[in-house]
Amino acid sequence: MSARSAVRDALTLAALALWAAPFFWQALTSIKPDVALSAVERLLAAPPTLDHYRAVVQKSIMPAALANSLGVAALTTLLAIVLGTPGAYALARLPVRGKQLLLLGVVACTAFPQVTIVGPLFVLMRALDLRDTWLALVLADTSFALPLVLWLLAGFVREVPVAVEEAAQIDGAGRLTALTRVVLPLVAPGIASAGLLVFLMSWNELLFAYTFTATEASRTVPVALALFPGVYEVPWGDIAAASMLASLPPILIVAGLQRWLVRGLTAGALRE
Amino acid sequence: MTGRERDDARAGRLMLAPALIALAVLAAWPGLWVLWLSLQRRIPVFGIERFVGPSHYAFLAVDPRFWNAVQVTLIFTFISVALEFLLGIGVALALQGQQRGRRTAVALLLLPWALPSVVTGRMFEWLYHPSAGLLNFLLGGQAINWLGEPMLALPALIVADVWRTMPFVALLCYARVLTIAPDIYEAARVDGAGAVATVRDITLPLLRRVLMIALLFRTLDALRAFDLMFVLTGGGPANATETLTVYAYRSLFQTLQLGFGAAIGVVVFALVMLVAWGYLRAMAHQEEAPA
Repeated sequence: MSARSAVRDALTLAALALWAAPFFWQALTSIKPDVALSAVERLLAAPPTLDHYRAVVQKSIMPAALANSLGVAALTTLLAIVLGTPGAYALARLPVRGKQLLLLGVVACTAFPQVTIVGPLFVLMRALDLRDTWLALVLADTSFALPLVLWLLAGFVREVPVAVEEAAQIDGAGRLTALTRVVLPLVAPGIASAGLLVFLMSWNELLFAYTFTATEASRTVPVALALFPGVYEVPWGDIAAASMLASLPPILIVAGLQRWLVRGLTAGALRE
Repeated sequence: MTGRERDDARAGRLMLAPALIALAVLAAWPGLWVLWLSLQRRIPVFGIERFVGPSHYAFLAVDPRFWNAVQVTLIFTFISVALEFLLGIGVALALQGQQRGRRTAVALLLLPWALPSVVTGRMFEWLYHPSAGLLNFLLGGQAINWLGEPMLALPALIVADVWRTMPFVALLCYARVLTIAPDIYEAARVDGAGAVATVRDITLPLLRRVLMIALLFRTLDALRAFDLMFVLTGGGPANATETLTVYAYRSLFQTLQLGFGAAIGVVVFALVMLVAWGYLRAMAHQEEAPA
């Protein structure tokens, strides 16, 4: 590799790190004492501290919110995958009447503005007495998670050659056996990709969570962060620490499971 | 129809049924019910619930706050999406030749996109802080109230939105750019094409399709955007950042007019569908024409 391209690579990385700088600034703020947060020079000079993390873990609802977010996002992902995988297979492979119309409907669902259906869903959740429960959020989030899973997985199933499935059936396996033994393992990476996307969307979701929750019993991380209490002054250091905790799953996914995330993100757009 | 086909059709129905029922209850039905709600005057706290026909829509037609929200929504969408595309394509082209540190580059790129938008909101609120914020410090100790000035609040909001959504455009373009065969570039080099001509005549035309799709996704998302304005400005100051989604939300859950809020929600939905339909028509048109 030439020295010139090494310099170019380094410059691109530096530019991207600069773009991400607001996040690093928030990270730096989260470990600086309150007295230093009144001016940038003081913030830079102050020694690091874990006070804000201590305060957030001991005195705020963040620990409960993290548990709620984890539960809601995991259950939403599970529900969308369990309902969506067989549905996607049917849309991709089986003779379903009105298939084109169904696919169009699924795509239209992904374009639904949340603010349009939040009113009716609110009335529904109240009627079912589901306000302030995990179930309300799981169901509401499924309204955008399920269409996405159906759409992405139908595409991944189509990528499995029909011949592979037929070969298994010729060997005596029924359609269901061929599906679970042959197709499912081949689609597993696609399921992981769709699952990651849906998990992230549910983890980040604000509008439904803000509307359907009322207490610590179900408030998620974005709600807790949006409502972060300040008595006289805004507690910027605590908010920064809470932001870092809220960012943990997305960071882990971007850093550790990047390949699957990118696959899910680009699948819908690059496929014909 | 053979027995086998009949079995397959039945299996298809059974496998799709759970997903379709869930979508019918959680998406289609609320989507239809909202139309009915929008024709009612419904204020739960006062026990008011009666049919008023299209009067909410008639009110919106002459409501200056509504037209302001339409304008804010369109400005926000247009400028955000335009900036995302300019920067996103630039980043994709910069990444195209990246040899080392690709994983790190993509991780850095995706980080802003993957964070909860509430975190982004809180982060920018802190950066924009009039006395202790990093932005005013970098500008040489200014005391600009970015989120409090009606002229500055919307641009400040757009910057935060571009920060978190540009990576999406960049990533889609980058993924497409990686699939371009290197010998095309080799041939262009042999023919004596310069860097600018190569990008203009080879890379950008090949990106056209993915750009159209990214444009559709991003425009629809920007029209529906809610979280950032809700956290950063709440629609203020003086409604300078009140988009249709924020106006709908405030009507639904702050003044508790479920019917009126539903009517604004229906307008947002109509706008999204109109734009989607326009794009899809334009794309179909393009694909018919020889590239």
